[in-house]
Amino acid sequence: MNDLKYVGKPSVRIDGKEKISGATKYTDDLEFGPNLHFAAIVESTEAHAKIINIDTIEAENFPGVVGVFTGKDFPFKFGLYMKDRFIFAMDTVHYVGQQIAAVVARDIKTAKRAAKLVKIKYETIHAIFDQMEALKDDALLIHPDLGEYEHVPWFFPQANTNIAHWRKTRRGDITKGFEDADYILEDTYTVPRYAHCPLETHAAVGLCDLSDRLTIWASSQSPHTQRNLFAESLAPLGFTHKDVRVIAPPIGGGFGGKAGVSMEILAAAIATKVKGNPVKIIWSREQEFYNTSQRLGVIAKLKIGVKNDGTFTAINHRLYWDTGASAEYGANVVNAVGLSAIGPYRFHNISIDSVCLYTNLPPCGAYRGFGYSEFMFGLESHINRIAEHLNIDAVEIRKINAIKENDILAYGVEMNPNGLLECIDKVAKEIEWGKEEKSDDPNIKIGKGFSLIWKAPAMPPNASSAAFLKFSEDGSINILVSGMDMGQGYLTVMAQIAAEILAVPISKIRTENPDTDRNPYEWQTVASHVTWSCGNAVRKAAIDARDQIFEIVSRTLYLPKNMLYLEDEKVKCKTKPRFELPLKEFVINGIQAEDSTFKGGPIMGHGIFMPEFTSANSDPETSQGGHPNVHYTVGAAAITLEVDKDSGEMHVKKAVEALDVGKAINPSLVKGQITGGLLQGLATVLYEDMRFDDKGKMLNPNFTDYKIPTAKDVPDEIVPIIVEVPQPDGPFGARGVGEHTMIPAAPMIANAVNDALGIRIKSMPITKEKVALANLKKEEK
Amino acid sequence: MKKITFKLNGELRSVYVEPEEILLDVLREKLGVKSPKCGCDRGDCGACAVLLNGRSVRSCLVLAIETDGQEIITVEGISKDGLSKVQNTMLDKNAFQCGFCAPGMIISTTELIEKNPHPNLEEIKEALSGNLCRCTGYLPILESVQEATEEGHHE
Repeated sequence: MNDLKYVGKPSVRIDGKEKISGATKYTDDLEFGPNLHFAAIVESTEAHAKIINIDTIEAENFPGVVGVFTGKDFPFKFGLYMKDRFIFAMDTVHYVGQQIAAVVARDIKTAKRAAKLVKIKYETIHAIFDQMEALKDDALLIHPDLGEYEHVPWFFPQANTNIAHWRKTRRGDITKGFEDADYILEDTYTVPRYAHCPLETHAAVGLCDLSDRLTIWASSQSPHTQRNLFAESLAPLGFTHKDVRVIAPPIGGGFGGKAGVSMEILAAAIATKVKGNPVKIIWSREQEFYNTSQRLGVIAKLKIGVKNDGTFTAINHRLYWDTGASAEYGANVVNAVGLSAIGPYRFHNISIDSVCLYTNLPPCGAYRGFGYSEFMFGLESHINRIAEHLNIDAVEIRKINAIKENDILAYGVEMNPNGLLECIDKVAKEIEWGKEEKSDDPNIKIGKGFSLIWKAPAMPPNASSAAFLKFSEDGSINILVSGMDMGQGYLTVMAQIAAEILAVPISKIRTENPDTDRNPYEWQTVASHVTWSCGNAVRKAAIDARDQIFEIVSRTLYLPKNMLYLEDEKVKCKTKPRFELPLKEFVINGIQAEDSTFKGGPIMGHGIFMPEFTSANSDPETSQGGHPNVHYTVGAAAITLEVDKDSGEMHVKKAVEALDVGKAINPSLVKGQITGGLLQGLATVLYEDMRFDDKGKMLNPNFTDYKIPTAKDVPDEIVPIIVEVPQPDGPFGARGVGEHTMIPAAPMIANAVNDALGIRIKSMPITKEKVALANLKKEEK
Repeated sequence: MKKITFKLNGELRSVYVEPEEILLDVLREKLGVKSPKCGCDRGDCGACAVLLNGRSVRSCLVLAIETDGQEIITVEGISKDGLSKVQNTMLDKNAFQCGFCAPGMIISTTELIEKNPHPNLEEIKEALSGNLCRCTGYLPILESVQEATEEGHHE
């Protein structure tokens, strides 16, 4: 693999020109003709209430209204991992913003005006906004029927409580582990909810034609999973999977927020009531904040024991998650953390309780990092505090305990090959760890912060990828896959993998976002797993096509198959240096034999990949006995932070992040992930702050009041470092990287603030006000 | 409804508009020009930016009726005879990810370069600070603009 021609090169994105020329058509850019209808959604104004009456008469009679639909029209549940949601609220609303009815008209203004005329009579119920209240023995039940919900076998909902899932992991002897410790530190860390904020809001168009063919165009990370959930949920109306088709145009950012199913099911369901007419639903920026999934908030109680030499002896990590009104996706975030909340460290004595609690806030789900950003904030803060107490350097204590290949993970499986120590050393060197920096301004203090990175894809054990690959007459290639390029560059990476195997330049390969009718299966584009998983499927499809090419050349031209190879779009033969046959001469029309007949035909490769070694089944009391995760991607990161001790103003001078990606198929795209993910992470810790009032209504659902970074908020310098310790089962050794990039941001800031000012902030966000006030308090002492 | 006429990407176009219709909707829904995007509908994100008489404006905050007799350029107009130099640099550097902010970002960049052919980094940041991007961390975009506008760097 030393002389790779396409893999490992910083190729230009294959969809680059279409994006830069304005040609890309996102869902809302598509044309649906003069019969396009629009749906406006009537949303709950209450956080928890019984619906006494829905009066739709005035809305129905409003000129131009085509129909008004409510839960009565679709009494169907849905959910990815647990079916705990209805398409519209049935007899109870569980959060402010929950959809209760849809008003459909031929134009959006009429639909919105009429939606205001739908009158809902509520009888309010006590609402729970705090997961610790939800946990109490006598807490009001948000889902009284929890015990009856369908769910995946690796969830453990506790009937007659608000606990939607409780992942327990136990290993070694936790009591003895703490007895062996010379020092034990115990504390609580708090991380609130966050919003994804893709620039493109959720949008979906549904069309059920008069033959009952249901097509949904959606801005989605999960076209096949959506098709599956739509077909399952709408099965009572007579739909089967073959009738349901999801077309996924390019999407304007996802970050986990467009994974699974949320508002898209409205387009699918409503389309069945206005047959023959496409119906569009598009979220406003406000709705994008409060009516899609949010990132879960967590209260993490962490206790670590350590020897005087810095060796960790035991960890007890109890995490209480606020998943909001639905746990259908959020509970899997909780599950992932319950298996991995030891961080990238060697612990022999482990106790983790990751508890998923319903509240009356909007439902939470996947968000880049999938729970790891949240627990790593506490864990990496805690480790710095332990190091400080023991007078051991913060990088040194991480190196002492850093997990190595074949160390045993919390659930009893061996750790994969990894370059964690290499990442730590490279970051420490680049940030000049240990070198003190001073500002000329006496008010400005400079601190450095360090954090490790780790994450495994959280996916069902049978999540799979599939690929078709076909040639055209000129030897160009179309690859059909169903992952989504949401900006990370997945399509380009798939093209690079096929290019390498088939010796066809990337400029002659087209890969586009999918249509579930035409493109083969992909579970979802989440978990930073498509480069690895779908990359394997594409690799196999290309190898399959190459085998077919060699077979037909060998059969017709009598050349030994094992001597054939591909180079520069031609078949060549090791034993016949002068032989070369351009692919374009036979990949469609075959090869003419001596008797003038043609042999062969269109070359079409196919490949599938499923990680056949995984299993989600394990002892519910200990999580031992299964193999839930495929592998971890690890890394390290550090920052140099300027802090104004009076105003609390913070500025990142330099950020360094090293990730062991196994093999960077496209280093330019990996670096893009690092830069983008780091800034997204820095924003969650420095200023993003979701506020709700005491009635559960979000107060700042817009970019004026919920600040995301601008071009003026970037660090002076970001140094991305790529480490490559191959993943044995990855395509060309690659493993995933997308989410990992934002994970170290929050603890790095917390640790750098502590380094600069000697104050420890244990709740996110670490805003300038919080820093200034904490420093004032310290100076007053 | 009032008929208005403006020059759109070099071509005279006429369209009937209601007094309350915003330019963004008229461009997208009535004239088929889709590169300006609606990201927030309140002037926060810059995804809907277009050039109005050479100045970048947020088309979600401009009433269409006000643009009668004026000149509008969108990214379709900038790109129709091939990508500009800065667009080519952005392409080479993989400056965008999801691409949703790209049209607005390119409009702001085009305006900047027109006014200030060799901006420094602070001027570039200032000019692009009204265009939100959630994917890239901005640095590759800033680097592209810097590289394409360096003194002595000519076609």
